[in-house]
Order: sequence, then C-alpha cells, then structure tokens
Amino acid sequence: MDNIAIKAEKLTKRFDDFVAVDAITFDVKQGEIFGFVGANGAGKTTAMRILCGLSKPTSGTAMVAGYDVYKDPEKIKKVIGYMSQKFSLYDDLTVMENITFYAGIYGLSDKDIKKRGQALLDQLGIGHEAKTFVSSLPLGWKQKLAFSVAIIHEPKIVFLDEPTGGVDPVTRRQFWDLIYAAADRGITVFVTTHYMDEAEYCNRVSIMVDGRIDAFDTPSNLKKRFSVNSMNEVFYQLARGAKRKAD
Amino acid sequence: MRPLRFLLQKEFRQILRSKSLIFTIIFGPIIQLIILPLAANYTVKNINLAVVDHDHSTYSKKLVEKIYSSGYFLRAGYGDSYNAAADLIAHDKADIILEIPQNFEDNLVRENKQQVYLAVNAINGTKAGVGSGYLGAIIADFNNDVRLQWITPQRFTQAPTIDIVNANWYNPYLSYFMFMVPGLMVSLLTGIGAFSASLNIVREKEIGTIEQINVTPIKKWQFIVGKLIPYWFMGMIVFTVGLAVSRFMYGIIPVGNVGLLYGFLSVYLLTLLGVGLLISTFAETQQQAVSVAFFFVIIFNFISGVFTPIDSMPGWGQALAYISPMSHFASVMRMVVLKGSTFHDIQSHFIAIIILGVIFNTWAVINYRKTT
Repeated sequence: MDNIAIKAEKLTKRFDDFVAVDAITFDVKQGEIFGFVGANGAGKTTAMRILCGLSKPTSGTAMVAGYDVYKDPEKIKKVIGYMSQKFSLYDDLTVMENITFYAGIYGLSDKDIKKRGQALLDQLGIGHEAKTFVSSLPLGWKQKLAFSVAIIHEPKIVFLDEPTGGVDPVTRRQFWDLIYAAADRGITVFVTTHYMDEAEYCNRVSIMVDGRIDAFDTPSNLKKRFSVNSMNEVFYQLARGAKRKAD
Repeated sequence: MRPLRFLLQKEFRQILRSKSLIFTIIFGPIIQLIILPLAANYTVKNINLAVVDHDHSTYSKKLVEKIYSSGYFLRAGYGDSYNAAADLIAHDKADIILEIPQNFEDNLVRENKQQVYLAVNAINGTKAGVGSGYLGAIIADFNNDVRLQWITPQRFTQAPTIDIVNANWYNPYLSYFMFMVPGLMVSLLTGIGAFSASLNIVREKEIGTIEQINVTPIKKWQFIVGKLIPYWFMGMIVFTVGLAVSRFMYGIIPVGNVGLLYGFLSVYLLTLLGVGLLISTFAETQQQAVSVAFFFVIIFNFISGVFTPIDSMPGWGQALAYISPMSHFASVMRMVVLKGSTFHDIQSHFIAIIILGVIFNTWAVINYRKTT
C-alpha cells in the first residue's frame, strides 16, 4: 500500500441536485504521471479540488498522501503542490519575488529559497529575468514558472489543472519535459487535460464523462481495448455518449 | 510565524508599487482636508433678503441698513410691493422677506410698539431657521437702540431685561474648523480604511491567486493578519498626514495627549479593517465589495456624530451609533483634540472599540474559508 499516492472510492460531490462527481473510484501510484481526461464540464476540476482539500466531498472516501480529505485537509496541503486553471502568480511582483513568496509560505529556509530559486531559474533558462515583473512575461513562460513554483517545496504530489491551456505546441512540449523531470525526482503528477496528445504522455489515464470515470488504464491498453490508433479516438468513442453540455 | 513574514513582505511590496494607493494615502487626505472643511461649514452666510418697505421713513431705512451691515445678508431686492418680493422667493432669488408696515416710524414713536413681518423660504431649513434667528436678534438690538434714545435716564429701569452672556468652553470662538476638521479626519480615515481593506481579498479572488493561497498550509488567521497589518500602517500614515494638515492649515493643536489619540487609533484601525476584511470574505467581486462597503461607510458617517449630534438621534439611532466603530473614534477625537480628555475619560469608548474589534475580526477569520 505504500506506493499508492492517491486512492479514491465512490467519491461524490453534489451541488444541490447536480452531481458534479459521481462515485468515482481510482488510485494513483507513487511517482506516476496520471492523466485525468475529460471534456469541459465533465467534473475534472471538481474532483481535483476535492483531492487538494479545497472542496469537501459529499460522500465516498479519498486518501491523499496517506491523509483523509475529510479529516486532514490542512495536512494534505503541506505535501502537495497545485497549479490552478487560473493564472496563479502575482503580476505586480517580480519572478524572484513570486518564488520567494510561495517558497516562504511553505516554510522553506532563506538559504533553501535562494538555492532552489536559483536552480529553478537555471532550469527554465530565465536567470536574467529574475527581476522582471511577471506581468511582462509571455504566457508560456508564465505557465512554466507557475509549475516550477508549485513544486518549489518538493511536494509528494502535484496537481495540475489544465496547465497548458492556450499555450503553443512547442511550449507545451517543453512544459511536459518539466513534468517528466519532476516525475523523475519522485513527484507524483496528477494532471487534467483535454488535449489527447498529452494523454498519450501519461502512464495511466482515466477518462471522465458526465461525472463518472468511464475508462481507466494505460494509454496503450485503452487503445487496444477500443481497437483504435490514438487516444483521440478513444476519447471520441467515450465522449459521444455524454449528455451533459460543455460549459 | 514564518509564513506571516512572507505574506507581509508581499503585501507591502504590492502596496508600495500601487501608485493609486500611494496617492490615496498621502495626497487624498491633504486635498480633502483642505477642501472639505471650507464646504462643511455650518455658519450661514449670504442670506438673500428682500425688503418690502411700506414706510420709507428714517427709522425703516436705519433698520434695513443695520441688517445689511451685519454681513450675513445680501440685498435681494428693495421695494414696496409684497407680491414682487414673493416672486423673488418663488424664483429662489430671495430666502427671506422682511415687510415693514406703513406708519412704522409713527407707531414706533407714538405708541412705542410696532410689528414687522418675516416670510421665510423654508426649503433650505437650516438657512431659513438660522437666518430668521439672526434677523430676530438684529431687530431686537435695533429695538434696544431705539429705546436707549428715547428713554430718559431717570426712568431707567422701566423695562428690566435679562442679558445672556455666553462662554463657549473648549472652542471659545465657536470655530467650525476646530469642530469639523477632527471629525472630517475620522470620516476620511474610515472611508479609506474600509474601502482598501474590503477590496484587497476580493482582488485576490478575482485574479485567482486566492486559490493558490488556499492550497498552501497557511493558516486562516495568518492570512487575515497578513492583510490587516499593512493597512494598519497605512491608516497610521493617513492620520499623521491629517494631523499635520490640521496643524499647519487650521492651526489646530490637540489639547490632549497625541499619544492617546494614536493609542485609540491603533485599536480603531484594527476594528475598522476587520469590518473591511469581513466584507471582502463575503463578496465575490470588487463591485460587490465596493457597494457593500459604501453602504456601511455612509451609515457609519451619518450615525457617527461628526455631522449631527448623537444625543438628538432617536433611541435606535443612538443604539446604532454605539455599535458603529466610527462614532466612538469621532467622540474620542473631539474629546482629546478640543477638550484634552485623558484615558480615564475615554475608557468606555476604548472598551467598546475593543469588543467590536474582536467581534468583527473573529467573524472575518471564521468566514474566510479555505475549503468550500
């Protein structure tokens, strides 16, 4: 059981009579890149917010890094990183000030902040931009920076909510290089996306339709099962049956 | 405590980089304290007086001259037709009509008795009330002059009169600046404090950074305190600027201890900012926050006693004033600045403001949710 990072059983979230997440069951292994795929409005973000301790589930159970989402959301927050759909750095702070701020509130020492901050800038190749205001960075850089800041405290798990929305293919590829590098360091990556080429990069994928998980396996097994050549076609076959309107 | 340090560092950086905020803090109070006291002046001047003189005698002219020479009245018209004067009131050219009847002088001399008639445009109640009061006093004075001329010394106590001599304590020259400037400082500080604090958390909600904060292990009280302290300093600066303006522009030097003022202010700001932060935990957008803050700031102002005395409010108004933080600060401000009150005199206000501060801030911490 030690190598299970996230385990959800019949996890459900209702908003009045709308069931956003409908009894989903899945597990994520430590160190894997787990793709959480689904159309807009399928319930991906809601499920992710529950796992991050931002939202309380209506029923079902979920354990994240060994902590119960009902009882210990604040303990979960210490060991995870999160990058939301909305851009999450401060525009009126410089690159380094943003790094310092987030590293600082996770309790890193001044020495570590300096060291890891510098390493981060080097990895992204933006050492010369340390004093640039985030507002004047191009979107692709902002996204990469936001990801690196989300894992500055070396969390056990990082949750990424559609991290590459609106970014060009080259930058997306670079972004995935960062994800692989994080996974190599042992960080479990939980990523939502609706780009099917990105789903191919994941170790395992779950496909959500109308709040339920309709398929859950490695990309190659899924393609075999639906006897198609790409994740795109797997997704079309599943999503065709969706009743919920995309928002 | 470490996360708090980084929160504060971030907030101060953001505030110092916001040009509009710096302008509000430094120049806002200077400009407003220079302009507003001149406008918020209760001294009624420039009352337009139309005179209808049916007598055209020496005495009627003397009376009219005496009135105009008082400096409070402007000549709006002089004639012998009441209808023409009434027309002036109808067109808002005159505020008061003074009608002097025919045979004014004759009756005054012969029968020792005469009446004049005042018609007042009561749409502007203050101007009408104060204006007719002035006019009454001037006519009574004129009456006395006439009497002194006619009454022979040997009959000197024919009409005993009681003269009232006033002494205006704490503000001997009844200067409106002395009264209004400290009050307006309270009003300005309350406005700036409530708005800036209520906008802050909501702005993070709007740009989405709050979500990132909520997923960190930061504690709710740390977050609220991190928001509170920078605006607390800001309030202190606004107040200091205000004290300087009232010193150099209006020559107002607090009679009481300035340290006591700052002491009360430091608690008042915590309470006020608590209200602002509470609003911002309820609001989802900056528009919502501003409209709610505006609603409360208006109530705080009108119930505060800055513009109208709390003692003449109805019971519910006085109760409301008691739970409104601004009225306590307004009282303390005037007590210390004008009267030199000591800690002992204002301790009931201190207790009230502390209780209110604890309530609002606790409420804000509870209502700020990291988890929905």
